Amino acid sequence: MPEAAPTRLPDILGRHQQEILDDWLKLQAETFSRRRDLISDEELKQQSASFLQGLRSAAATDLDPRGPAWQGVRDLLGEISTSRVRQGFSPSETATFVFSLKQPLFARLNRELASDTRALAEETWTATRLLDALGLHTTEVYQRGREQVIVRQQQDLLELSTPVVELWEGVLALPLIGTLDSSRTQVVMESLLQQIVDTKAGVAIIDITGVPTVDTLVAQHLLKTVAAARLMGADCIISGIRPQIAQTIVHLGVDLGDVVTKSSLADALTIALNRAGWVVTRTAPGQAAR
Amino acid sequence: MGVERVEHLPVRTDEDLVRARQAVREAAVALGFSLVDQTKIVTAASELARNTIIHGGGGDLKVERLREGARSAVRLTFVDRGPGIANVEQALRDGYTTGTGLGLGLGGARRLMSDLSISSRPAEGTTIVAIRWRQ
Amino acid sequence: MERIPILRMGSFLLVTIQVDMHDRLALALQDDLMGRIRETRARGVLIDISALDVVDSFIGRMIGNIAAMARVLDADTVVTGMRPAVAITLVELGLSLPGVRTALDVERGMKLLTDGTQPPDQRGRRAR
Repeated sequence: MPEAAPTRLPDILGRHQQEILDDWLKLQAETFSRRRDLISDEELKQQSASFLQGLRSAAATDLDPRGPAWQGVRDLLGEISTSRVRQGFSPSETATFVFSLKQPLFARLNRELASDTRALAEETWTATRLLDALGLHTTEVYQRGREQVIVRQQQDLLELSTPVVELWEGVLALPLIGTLDSSRTQVVMESLLQQIVDTKAGVAIIDITGVPTVDTLVAQHLLKTVAAARLMGADCIISGIRPQIAQTIVHLGVDLGDVVTKSSLADALTIALNRAGWVVTRTAPGQAAR
Repeated sequence: MGVERVEHLPVRTDEDLVRARQAVREAAVALGFSLVDQTKIVTAASELARNTIIHGGGGDLKVERLREGARSAVRLTFVDRGPGIANVEQALRDGYTTGTGLGLGLGGARRLMSDLSISSRPAEGTTIVAIRWRQ
Repeated sequence: MERIPILRMGSFLLVTIQVDMHDRLALALQDDLMGRIRETRARGVLIDISALDVVDSFIGRMIGNIAAMARVLDADTVVTGMRPAVAITLVELGLSLPGVRTALDVERGMKLLTDGTQPPDQRGRRAR
């Protein structure tokens, strides 16, 4: 970006770097007094010093904050933003880090350029433009960091909520608990099918005792899972279908076709063991089976 | 929306179809799609490429890798100068076929992608744009 | 033209598909298999697709055709080793390979074929 008059910002920043930094840190300490729990004075001081340094050298080359000369500053702010997301700062608190430099910087410009109001206005405008752009950049990075955190947590949650367990050699069980939405059901489906391959299990039981409701989409996902398992060479049994869910399924007109369903996980296990070629016998006389 | 990379491939012969699958697979891997999503995208590409060969008399495929913020996508554009599709809605319906197939090609491909649009003019040709977003 | 090899094991035929098949190759396999079933009076055909990372409707239809034609020639067909991602995609595509029997791996597939002489209710599953 071609500039008619070279800015005096780098010069002023260079000559008064320490004073501006001190003023700025003092201001931040006041503004962020309640955030001391989140970030140490030392870390804040180090970040502020690096930013001032970067601002000075970048402004000496180019005044376009999106230009290549500002890459270092943008990267630094990116890092600061990302670490603030983790430290628990709000987006406005994160952006304030940059915006709060205006006060000490403008005060310094005022003093330095008191005799030349035109220059003062110009430099103030340049500084405003730069800091605003950089402040917005921190917000954008913050937002992106937040999104990544959310995505990661969602994935963690999905993995946690889909435990595939091996009940017996050749028999897998997937006890589903909680509301099933389309994306969770899809993850469940994929993880179950992968486990079938990994364990070479010929039978898999999907237990929905802990699922409060089943809508058409979820029912269809379950049926697709059963169909996909069949294509791979494994049988699926759906167990724990409560009467209300059975009613819903019928009302929705979902055709369970020849999918094997059992009301309890125990019944399903009996069938599964039988299919896998196991016979379970009781050696000691215990309580009579119900 | 930024286009990160564009590839152009001919879709005329059986061998082109295999190469198209490989190119689409590479793009899907590079964009970080899961194995299942990769498979869905490549399968959709295969259906559409075969459609271009059989019904369009051959054509071209453009494979684009897109980024928009944190999201990324693969976009496939198939263009042919064939006879065109008279009734697009009908062509997308399962079981509808003019050839010898099961009629799962277009409708199936639409289910495997996030979005699929067809523009066609009788006697002028067909353009099919299929896109699949990640996240 | 390249062809997919068909191995004979006793009264069964074994095919392992290891290449990304183009359509002509798939059709050639279909023809070759029918010829070999007649020639060898094979009782069963095992097709292992564990190496395939894509099965589209064309290949899916070919597998279905092989099973249907083999049945006419009095031979059973078992497809083994389909990958999860491929299975999910086929279901999404609307292809569930009716009448094709499946097994997790070649060993189990062979067992399904050798057990094929037992009464129907003892036999392995048939996919819808």
